[in-house]
Amino acid sequence: MSEHAEDVRKQVKVYIGVFIALSVLTVVTVLVAGLDVSVPVGLLIGLLIALVKGSLVAFFFMHLSHEKKLIYGTLVLTVFFFLVLIFVPIFALTGSFESPEHLYDFEAPTSVHEH
Amino acid sequence: MEIPYTVDLRPDTRLTNPKLGIWLFLASEVMLFGALFSTYIFLRVANAEWGPHPDAKLNVWLGMINTFVLIASSVTMVMCWATLKMNQFKDFKRNLLYTVVLALTFMVIKSFEYGGKFSHDIFPSTSTFYATYFLMTGLHGIHVVGGVVVLVYFLGPGKKMWETEPEKFTNRIEVTGLYWHFVDLVWIFLFPTFYLLS
Repeated sequence: MSEHAEDVRKQVKVYIGVFIALSVLTVVTVLVAGLDVSVPVGLLIGLLIALVKGSLVAFFFMHLSHEKKLIYGTLVLTVFFFLVLIFVPIFALTGSFESPEHLYDFEAPTSVHEH
Repeated sequence: MEIPYTVDLRPDTRLTNPKLGIWLFLASEVMLFGALFSTYIFLRVANAEWGPHPDAKLNVWLGMINTFVLIASSVTMVMCWATLKMNQFKDFKRNLLYTVVLALTFMVIKSFEYGGKFSHDIFPSTSTFYATYFLMTGLHGIHVVGGVVVLVYFLGPGKKMWETEPEKFTNRIEVTGLYWHFVDLVWIFLFPTFYLLS
């Protein structure tokens, strides 16, 4: 195990750097939320920052930057099905991706007691 | 029965069994939380009105503090693995203790938030927003508690394995760390979704 100790010691500095980056990005997320922009733009910026933060955690803390191909393959499949899970219900609701105005035709309850 | 390939790599996958196993489990967890995020998107775009009650908004500062707490716990968790790789067992125990303390801090802050809501008669049944909020943050909280149970085990009787099989023990900590970082990752998306974008 000690033969890897020097490599791991260098990694520790990276971990501290990632922690600082994540902290800064958290503050940026909160500041961006206070900007006077439309909801879709706000959502996009917020989720993009979250994606960057998530990528830092995945690549450095979870050691995905140097993992085996089988793990990458598993994750590619996972991401694909995750995107299906996110987009197919909206597609099924609207019938297409190009008619967002029909989204409001569906009357979802705002409260559990509504019918 | 001894589980094979907990230290040596499997010839076909070039991975240890626990590592492949945890990544497959995390893939299933992505689908679990993904289904809930999909539900959130579905309900949100279909509701012209969305968000917390004006008198019971989510506390952004507490949410931000909790984000810092979980990120810090991710750092101490990866340092657990790093200190074991560097043969520094005392530092490992210290980092593991920090991780547990930070995890419990997260849950205490969460319980203050939930308590505040309940005391204002805000429950999951109050609105679709709160139903989604309590469900997703509650499920995340259950995952935090599950992680704490495992971490406390490694602080207690689990750490004995270091004396007899140090490499296997290090791999166990690495696998536990992968789960813990995933829990942090989910919160990284939950925080802006509910606290900032509603």
